Amino acid sequence: MTDTDERTSEIQEVERIIVRFAGDSGDGMQLTGDRFTAASAMFGNDLATLPEYPAEIRAPAGTLAGVSAFQVHIADHDILTPGDSPSVLVAMNPAALKGELPKLEEHGTVIINTDAFDERNLQKAGYDSNPLEDDSLAGYSVITAAMTDMTKEACKDLGVKQRDAERTKNFFALGMVSWLYSRPTEPTVDWIQNKFKGKDLVIAANEAAFRAGNVYAENADLWASRRIVRPAVLPAGTYTNINGNTALSWGLLAASELSGLPLFLGSYPITPASDILHELAKHRNFGVRTFQAEDEIAAVGAALGASYGGHIGLTTTSGPGLALKSETIGLAVSLEIPLVIVDVQRGGPSTGLPTKTEASDLLMAFYGRHGEAPLPVVCANTPADCFFAAIEATRIALEYRTPVILLSDGYLANGTEPWRLPDVADLPKIHVEFLEGPNHVNEDGEEEFLPYLRDDTLTRPWILPGTAGLAHRVGGIEKDVTGNISYDPANHEYMVRTRAAHIAKIADSIPEIVPKGDVDGDIVVVGWGSTYGPITAAVGRMRRKGTKVAHIHLRHLNPFPPNLGELLKSFDKVIVPEMNLGQLAHLIRADFLVDAKTIAKITGQPFTPAELVERIEEAVND
Amino acid sequence: MTDVELTTKKDWVSDQEVRWCPGCGDYGILTAIQMLLPEFGNRQEDTVFISGIGCAARFPYYMNTYGIHSIHGRSPAIASGLALARRDLDVWVVGGDGDMLSIGGNHLIHALRRNINLTILLFNNRIYGLTKGQYSPTSEEGKVTKSSPMGSIDHPFNPISLALGAEASFVARTHDMDRKHMMEMMRKAHEHKGSGLVEIYQNCNVFNNGAYSEITKRDARAEMIIELRHGEPVRFGPEGEHGVVIDHGVASIVEVADVGLDALVVHNESEPDPSVAFALSRLASDMSSPTPMGVFREVERPEYGHELDGQVARAQADKGKGDLNSVLHSLHTWQVD
Repeated sequence: MTDTDERTSEIQEVERIIVRFAGDSGDGMQLTGDRFTAASAMFGNDLATLPEYPAEIRAPAGTLAGVSAFQVHIADHDILTPGDSPSVLVAMNPAALKGELPKLEEHGTVIINTDAFDERNLQKAGYDSNPLEDDSLAGYSVITAAMTDMTKEACKDLGVKQRDAERTKNFFALGMVSWLYSRPTEPTVDWIQNKFKGKDLVIAANEAAFRAGNVYAENADLWASRRIVRPAVLPAGTYTNINGNTALSWGLLAASELSGLPLFLGSYPITPASDILHELAKHRNFGVRTFQAEDEIAAVGAALGASYGGHIGLTTTSGPGLALKSETIGLAVSLEIPLVIVDVQRGGPSTGLPTKTEASDLLMAFYGRHGEAPLPVVCANTPADCFFAAIEATRIALEYRTPVILLSDGYLANGTEPWRLPDVADLPKIHVEFLEGPNHVNEDGEEEFLPYLRDDTLTRPWILPGTAGLAHRVGGIEKDVTGNISYDPANHEYMVRTRAAHIAKIADSIPEIVPKGDVDGDIVVVGWGSTYGPITAAVGRMRRKGTKVAHIHLRHLNPFPPNLGELLKSFDKVIVPEMNLGQLAHLIRADFLVDAKTIAKITGQPFTPAELVERIEEAVND
Repeated sequence: MTDVELTTKKDWVSDQEVRWCPGCGDYGILTAIQMLLPEFGNRQEDTVFISGIGCAARFPYYMNTYGIHSIHGRSPAIASGLALARRDLDVWVVGGDGDMLSIGGNHLIHALRRNINLTILLFNNRIYGLTKGQYSPTSEEGKVTKSSPMGSIDHPFNPISLALGAEASFVARTHDMDRKHMMEMMRKAHEHKGSGLVEIYQNCNVFNNGAYSEITKRDARAEMIIELRHGEPVRFGPEGEHGVVIDHGVASIVEVADVGLDALVVHNESEPDPSVAFALSRLASDMSSPTPMGVFREVERPEYGHELDGQVARAQADKGKGDLNSVLHSLHTWQVD
């Protein structure tokens, strides 16, 4: 060990490293990446992650289709994205190398499990010759290890079955990478011991593999490749590493506490939203009732029924599910009772790309119902921001008695970032009132009750069944102020216009949006949702190079912040990067007659800052 | 209950004009419910009627209770959410054969299998009325309608068989020509803990007039209605001369004189296995043969809402009431100074 200590000064310090772990779906790459991330978080780095996995649970082993990857960006400064190109690729088999190598930066480092490079695997990956033996890896820094064999060797005296020993080779890889990037080993060892408590053999095997990888890297004299990323300077506080689905679930728990109403989730499992159902199902002690319905339609129906009864009615889904729910959401628009609909967007149309991200449900959220059926739409912008977005969506739903669609996406859902935990006492209360008696005096001076009598914000009262004297009927057929059926032509026009005005008036409760960056320049980049990280990074780089650019990032999509139109008109160039073909740009052009230019990306992957800089510059010069 | 001022039928009648066609069987069903509800001692405000779309689905507007006239087929789902959120309420679901067996068939069977505390009234007139006369999922094969000019080639559902297949805990059949029997079936369904399904043979005098008249007209009933009575041999006829035997799981009609009283099946509505009830349900294969009426099945099963609330209570007992701050700190955390 003294030898190691003496050589510590040889470790090269770098500002950031982007590691991409890639292997077969069954190789445990998501776990490996997650553990590397956790150790880095504890070490104090800022970080952002991007898990990418196939839709199949176990795609054919050894094939390109079966490659599962996890990218983590760690830095000694504030970062917002999983980075441009990985600087390090860990390839557990030929398919991982073949599929992922093109993403690696020039002169990047490749760490390879040579045991997997047999003829059969090479053939499955489509290699004509072994890339370890020809010049395919020229120009990269290559580190090889017989990971499978050495893992088996490390486990041989433990009494573990050969197959089980082999399965821990991901921890061998983690051990190597942890040494190479100077990660502390304790968090991983602690985690193994906690995770597999009571399964002594599993603990022993994983720990042996992890330590063997660590020692191997040290002994293989990889000192020249060793790097360290120092802790980032972050605001003081307590941090946790959080993904969007967990943050969103916790935001809903918070909304329940802040409003004093119990949460009722009607949901049908769908990727990538199911984890919200899983998370909330754990929290029955908050009075949360999760109901796994028979289908998407029943899920939103049950949520609507619960809302009618005074719970926070919530349904969580992804694009295909939102399509199925649209008729019931239309009913909620007509009934004017609260409902929170969470759409964790994925690639479409149809089944599309279930495990890949896209933000192409914006226009469906706006318009995906028959008739004139406006409703508020809000979005989350980073994984941790899902917490606050969930509270805001619930606030609007409860205070304005309307269905609200909250848009997240697959990248936010599974990506993680360190989150400085808020003080629960600082979270703003949500005001809820139920009508308990007559709300009107008629011409004869008699008190009466009118279910659709509106307040200054055009919101109608929330009346709970069980309230004496207020029994009434509501329904999807057009109604008048009494709630009873009305086919009167003038009344229908009045109701359609009033429902639209009601949603528009929510803008009064939305703060004016303040652009970041150069408000006195000609260029503004406008985004919504998970493009927040890449746009912020790209705009930062452009400004450092001397270009004047402003950045507007929206939380409220319907209604827009009250000053948005005026603000956009103060710029010459309005650039809108989106993970769709230009849906926000379409709305902006329609609403404000502004010549918004679209930067589209529909590859199932988030923008990288580097490509955004290039494409924003192109759009500006167009 | 002594403090509660008893209601009468008129307390349950809303101020809305009833707009079913004159002569519709729905009127009789509405009257039966409005006469029945005062019996329970519940208040109007604690009662909710939820419906989908169709003639029958207009029902909530005519009841002086809370109510939602929702969308086609979804009433069991919406009612499920309400019944789970508010176990203090008396929640009823009303709909027709198109609403609950066609577009909403999925929600009906799942509500039944979960055994959520709902009283479900299925008005079965074997036709689409509100869309003006297409065949429904209970229309007989060969039925000529606007959408089946050469006769329907759809095989119909038998709603009782379907409900028993879903292992519904309470399943009964009645008809719109016998208010007393209707009220008795609704009363029992309502008393039942869990989902109670009552199929009501209902006449559509405009698009399917007389569909059940061979069974339900007063002078035919003795020969055509097999009254199911718990604990008694299944027999019918003016003198009880006909009976039902079950052989190898198949029910058939016999003459008591031929087989003897002991050979008849003794109706046991609380039999846990639904097979015998299912066999009885198969007797109503068309609208011109003797048809069982009454309670096919009433068994005790855990009620979903009770179980769900039980989990909430158990979680609170085990972990204490939810504390947001401790959830926020439940993953690995670290401190930055």
